[in-house]
Amino acid sequence: MRIKDQWNEQRIYASRTFAALLIVGVLSLTLLGKLVYLQIVRYEYYLELSQGNRVRLDPLPASRGLILDRRGRVLVDNEPAFQLELIREQTPNLNDTLQRLAALNLINHEDVEPLGRIIHARRSFDSVPIRLRLSDEEIGRFAVHRHEFEGVDLKARQTRHYPYGELGVHALGYVAAVSEDDIGRIDRPGYAGTTLIGKLGVESAYETQLHGLNGYSQILVNAQGRSVKFQGAYQPELRSEAPVAGKDLVLALDLPTQQAAELALGEHRGAVVAIDPANGDVLALVSHPDFDPSLFGRGLTRSEYSQLTDNPDKPLLNRALRGAYPSGSTIKPVMALAGLSYHLVDPAKRQFCDGVFHLPGSRHMYREGKGGKHGAVDLVDAIARSCDVYFYGLASQLGVDRIATFAAQFGLGALTGIDISGEKPGLLPTPEWKRQTYKRPQDQIWYPGETVNLGVGQGYLTVTPLQLAHMAAVLGERGRSFQPRVVMGERDATGKVAPLAPVASPGATGISAEDWALILRGMVGATTYGTAAAIGKDTRYSIAGKTGTAQVYTVAQNAKYNEKTVAERLRDHAWFIGFAPAEAPRIAVCVLVENGGFGASAAAPIARRVMDAYLLERVPAAAAGGSEKP
Amino acid sequence: MTLTDHRDSAARRTLSTAARLLSALKLDGPLLVGLGLLAVYGLLVQYSASGQSLETVARTLLRIGLGAMAMIGLAHSSPNFLRSLAPWLYGAGILLLLIVDAMGYVGKGAQRWLDLGLIRFQPSEIMKLAVPMLAASIMHERRLPPDWKSLLLLAAIIVVPVGLVAPQPDLGTALLIFASGALVVLMAGLQWQVIGGLALAGAGAAVVGWRFLHDYQRQRIRIFLDPQSDPLGSGYHIIQSQIAIGSGGLFGKGWMHGSQAQLDFLPERSTDFIFAVIGEEFGLLGLIVLMLLYLFIVSRSVYLATQASGTFARLLASSLALTFFVYVFINAGMVSGLLPVVGVPLPLISYGGTSVVTLLAGFGILMGLHSHRKLVNS
Repeated sequence: MRIKDQWNEQRIYASRTFAALLIVGVLSLTLLGKLVYLQIVRYEYYLELSQGNRVRLDPLPASRGLILDRRGRVLVDNEPAFQLELIREQTPNLNDTLQRLAALNLINHEDVEPLGRIIHARRSFDSVPIRLRLSDEEIGRFAVHRHEFEGVDLKARQTRHYPYGELGVHALGYVAAVSEDDIGRIDRPGYAGTTLIGKLGVESAYETQLHGLNGYSQILVNAQGRSVKFQGAYQPELRSEAPVAGKDLVLALDLPTQQAAELALGEHRGAVVAIDPANGDVLALVSHPDFDPSLFGRGLTRSEYSQLTDNPDKPLLNRALRGAYPSGSTIKPVMALAGLSYHLVDPAKRQFCDGVFHLPGSRHMYREGKGGKHGAVDLVDAIARSCDVYFYGLASQLGVDRIATFAAQFGLGALTGIDISGEKPGLLPTPEWKRQTYKRPQDQIWYPGETVNLGVGQGYLTVTPLQLAHMAAVLGERGRSFQPRVVMGERDATGKVAPLAPVASPGATGISAEDWALILRGMVGATTYGTAAAIGKDTRYSIAGKTGTAQVYTVAQNAKYNEKTVAERLRDHAWFIGFAPAEAPRIAVCVLVENGGFGASAAAPIARRVMDAYLLERVPAAAAGGSEKP
Repeated sequence: MTLTDHRDSAARRTLSTAARLLSALKLDGPLLVGLGLLAVYGLLVQYSASGQSLETVARTLLRIGLGAMAMIGLAHSSPNFLRSLAPWLYGAGILLLLIVDAMGYVGKGAQRWLDLGLIRFQPSEIMKLAVPMLAASIMHERRLPPDWKSLLLLAAIIVVPVGLVAPQPDLGTALLIFASGALVVLMAGLQWQVIGGLALAGAGAAVVGWRFLHDYQRQRIRIFLDPQSDPLGSGYHIIQSQIAIGSGGLFGKGWMHGSQAQLDFLPERSTDFIFAVIGEEFGLLGLIVLMLLYLFIVSRSVYLATQASGTFARLLASSLALTFFVYVFINAGMVSGLLPVVGVPLPLISYGGTSVVTLLAGFGILMGLHSHRKLVNS
């Protein structure tokens, strides 16, 4: 019995051993099959993957193009700036290190905690900037203590440098860290390695030209992304491509003119735009208050940013392009031209101004702006002395539709097409516009009184300083019109400048030479015996101009506007537009002084100084660094 | 007498001296050669995978030394002694597992270790030997094939340690313990119908068990089915190891020239994923050599098991031999993407852990069982 069991068990065991070996064989073949598939069939595929694994692109950022004025003077360039960078894995005690840096006043105490978080969010071997743009003194202070800060080092990086500080910032724009919004619209591989991108102004509008093409070099990396040298015999072929530097931009801006404009405007809120009427070159573009563009390049702290945004003077607002104001009397030359073109006025006929205008059948009084009386005035006088009563009547005769059609030829109510972004079109009102804008039927009606107001640039009409400068240029060119441009050429690496052709726009047509001459007489009259006579004294060239005063609030009926009693913010805005030399203009200027009061006294002298700077190349006395009381 | 004869007889003398030595040590020559070659192969690869660290090599040599001592010691033990040892070893193992689970050392977020001061030691390793020993000794006293009562007893012996190890969590070791016990049952001649039935029941249990798996374990299974779905997370291991193996091609990139391994792309490259390093640096040929070495060891072990006398010896020996293959297959399978990633080292090649010692101890037992056979035919 025991023997039989033994034999039976032997038999079972033998068969099981056989089955087990069979299974071992099958599984081994399965494994072999998988290995053959991986290593023979898909060899090329996996080889490529392993290549891709260990080669990374190390970006070589292109240097950003310079920005020059029309004579090649450098307005914006690049400079190496020293910054402190920290590598976490090389820093023994991060928090302690940051605290000690704060104790040396190299970083702010309140930044220690957020910096710690930023550093921890990055990879441990990344060199994280913890402080940008160190001063020489700070560099020295760190250098003395350098040995105490393991893992912290000074690195030289290129940043934007502004030799003239805040000069022209609203035209030039600024650069700042690439934001999430930017990432959506840029070519991401092309920006690998770029940390700063143009915002606003020329920096933004000509971003592509300024940025250039980043290069790259392939480097061997390990799984942590760290650059390594391969141990052993195999050296992969590593390629590289040199970056192509961005193009330099030659601006139409004239540095002395810009400086003169900024000095002349002084501490006032306002804007100055100067244009060469012959081609649309923007010779000066000022919006004040302004701000320091280098703040953005190094990264603003929250308090610095809220200081800019919460400032009631709105330094970030580009008043020249985006500030929409009633035009005031600056529109009168266009009104006069309209009247002449439609043969509604006899230029020689004198009308009597007693300071008040009534619409027929209405008792509403339309007052003379300064509350004065001009007596008998003809068309030229009405322009030169800015007689409101004359233009109330003319506007009423023209009617709103003809005014709108005619004024549109001078660029009102539309974008001028300037080559930097952000401009506003202002508003050239029409009954049609009013119907579409307002909901309530009683608000949709265009009243005749609104046409009367339009005659002196009040009411719904709004314009930007840029538009008025453009209008002045079109007036000076007798209808010829060009799109204003801040950039007039591109300079490549060899120093060759490729000029950009001026872009013509429709402008004003069908106006007789006699009519143009009459308007010119009126505008020259303004600076010789009219409202702006003060600026016409002692000139070596003739100026055609027009003052304007835009109401900020409406004076009640039967009340007189008293400049002294009205709070500063409610005072009228002062305008001046003009061009010179009057017969063959080389410069058209628009000046806006917010709450400046009368255009004649506040705005016109500023325009004179801008014209002097450009036409006489009279370098403003304080341009070398001193300051001049406005 | 010619010179050749001299040489021949000298060689013969050396051989017979070696044979006598082996016989005195109760060791098996061919198996020892196979294990030796494998160990040398392993040291070569470890040197490369560890970034040319001689310290790693030295530590492995130390472990091999420990394992060799355990092997020689156990080879001298008689089957009867091992049989009487089995319940005690098993009981001690269970006790240690409970201790580890209760107050075990927390390493890698898992409780597997017992710190003995000098070395950290995984009690679950004991169970890899204790479970088949106890199972075989039980079947030794019963009739083959196992009846239902035996089967239930064996099932309990297997399930208790597996249940203690799996939640540690150490799915790999639990799997190996299960395999070592189950192989005893299979070799004992469990009927195919019963095996089929149990397989079906197991499939049903798997569906239920899915609910009790840790999230990371479920994730491993999901990622195994589609590694590309999580390339930077859980799938990273499999993707990188497949890239390493595949890019090795037929001949490999050369010793210490595997970019995946040398540049840190391959995770756990000197431990669980060392199979991929061999595939990358020595290619398909290197892996075939490795598999042939393993198959030689397995088949020699199975041969030794068939020569052993007595049910206990045969069942235990063949379980040890086949569990070794299960080790290899699970590791190679998971690294090459055939199986889910469970923490099973490549036997005698992977660096670290106490598995080298237990594996060599197992081979010691196996050789001892063979050399202590009663020579029935003589």
